[in-house]
Amino acid sequence: MISRLIDGVPRRALVLLGLLLAGLLVAPLVVDAYILSILILVLYFAYTGQAWNVMMGFAGQLSLGHSLYVGIAAYTAAALYVHFGIGPWAGVLPAIAISMAAGLVIGFLAFRFGISGVYFALLTIAFAEFTRVGFDHFAWVNGSGGFFLPVTQQAASDPLNLRGSPTMFYYILLAVTVLAFLFCRWLLTGRIGYYWLAIREEPEAAQTLGINVFRYKMIAVAISSGMTALSGVFFAFYYNNLFPEQIFSMSRSIELILGPIIGGVGSLFGPILGAFVLTALAEVVTEIMHALGYEIPGIKQVFYGICLLAVIIYLPHGIWPPLRKRLGLEDRS
Amino acid sequence: MTESLLVVDGISKSFRGLRAVSQASLVVPQGGIVSLIGPNGAGKTTCFNMVAGVFRPDEGSITFDGRRIEGLRPDQICHAGIGRTFQIVKPFKELTALENVIVGALRATSDVRQARRKAEAVLDQLGMTDKRNQPAAQLTLPERKRLEVARALATEPKLLLLDEVMAGLRPTETDQMVAVFRELNAKHGMTILLIEHVMRAVMALSQQVVVLHHGQVIASGAPEDVVRDPAVLECYLGEEVEA
Repeated sequence: MISRLIDGVPRRALVLLGLLLAGLLVAPLVVDAYILSILILVLYFAYTGQAWNVMMGFAGQLSLGHSLYVGIAAYTAAALYVHFGIGPWAGVLPAIAISMAAGLVIGFLAFRFGISGVYFALLTIAFAEFTRVGFDHFAWVNGSGGFFLPVTQQAASDPLNLRGSPTMFYYILLAVTVLAFLFCRWLLTGRIGYYWLAIREEPEAAQTLGINVFRYKMIAVAISSGMTALSGVFFAFYYNNLFPEQIFSMSRSIELILGPIIGGVGSLFGPILGAFVLTALAEVVTEIMHALGYEIPGIKQVFYGICLLAVIIYLPHGIWPPLRKRLGLEDRS
Repeated sequence: MTESLLVVDGISKSFRGLRAVSQASLVVPQGGIVSLIGPNGAGKTTCFNMVAGVFRPDEGSITFDGRRIEGLRPDQICHAGIGRTFQIVKPFKELTALENVIVGALRATSDVRQARRKAEAVLDQLGMTDKRNQPAAQLTLPERKRLEVARALATEPKLLLLDEVMAGLRPTETDQMVAVFRELNAKHGMTILLIEHVMRAVMALSQQVVVLHHGQVIASGAPEDVVRDPAVLECYLGEEVEA
């Protein structure tokens, strides 16, 4: 099982990954609170991008409504905590279950009736949108007024209830991101990975080779929405406030997928690299403008747009695949 | 006569009132090579697609290996033991040739390493070992056609359905393909049903030819007899004018 994870990976790639992980492990000890908050954001987008990548990058099903899974998982865990005192580590299970159920319903409706490509993407947007409208009127979680988690000032971190310092959140998120990376590698090198890629490339040919296309698409949706649920639970307990207008919004869905698109859809390291490039560079750009004495609202969004355009025009497979080739880190086969 | 592997009995299919296939029957014996020929629009591909599980026949039955298979999905047909190729090749473009074939080999095993060994063996059998690490998108048309065959073979079928696998190939390339199928048939006892326009291949390969015209079987038999059949000549060339 371990051997399957590292089979064919060049030693150099393992060393570099190890160095990156070591760097991320010691980062909170050396950086200030501001940089740490940005690193948390980077990891959040790296992890969520990885989750989205399972559906789009591996199985070829474009979802533009992943904010749905973030949102309902966030609300589920938060409501359980506030109304019943159920902690996040227990609450994460129903959150995952509800996200997965939503994903499976959408997947069933789409795949049973042969809806794919752009039409599938539209369906995912539609579900996220009417869930947003529904939550606007959902009094139990305070509708459009926003749902708040109690914030208490405390000296020590309380990881069991996900209450505490940013450093605690950082390490939890780092662990989740690393596990997701390994999990995706494991999926991709197994039979299911080959089947997903075949479905992504040519569904008709895939079916002819004995692949139950419907079933494998459903599995991809279930895994992707289930993984995304963790992002939602994290979001709820890190930010402590949830507004339907924000968490279910289309722009959140788009934000989630920019990382993997820029890093490289379908690659394992692409979503991580993309999250670093986008989030970190956007902050750098903002800081530089700030230092030069300009305060331009929306500069980040403009920067995202430029990055996206540049990647689509010059690196249609994203930054990572060509970079990987340049660095000689491709799998040996 | 040897045991029959595939028995198609009186199948019909209409599309919005157009009867594409009408009461067609054919038998493919175990270990045989049968060609399905006919002019454009004769219903060959429709017939083929009913066997491959793409369409369910409106009537009639299809029995494969003693089991009724009409109306099964293409993936179930594959598991039943029928491998097919597409007339317009459908490679997994971003995957390498080897990975393409591994997908097929995973039909019989869930172990990727085992599937990889099987795929390597199949590529070797088709003389494509030197192309194994090339992305399918970079292969030439004859290579892609071979890849289609390799992928289908890797699923370990009892019957291979070939849909115009020679179309677009040069005569020398056709001869190479013919040699591949002959060897598969002779050495491994592979049963083959092919749709083909290239008569050079049909004559060289088939033990039996079935001619379809306007959705109906108008002749069947040994290739040399069928090409002399007046009904066959008529459907291809038109009726002879009395002088």
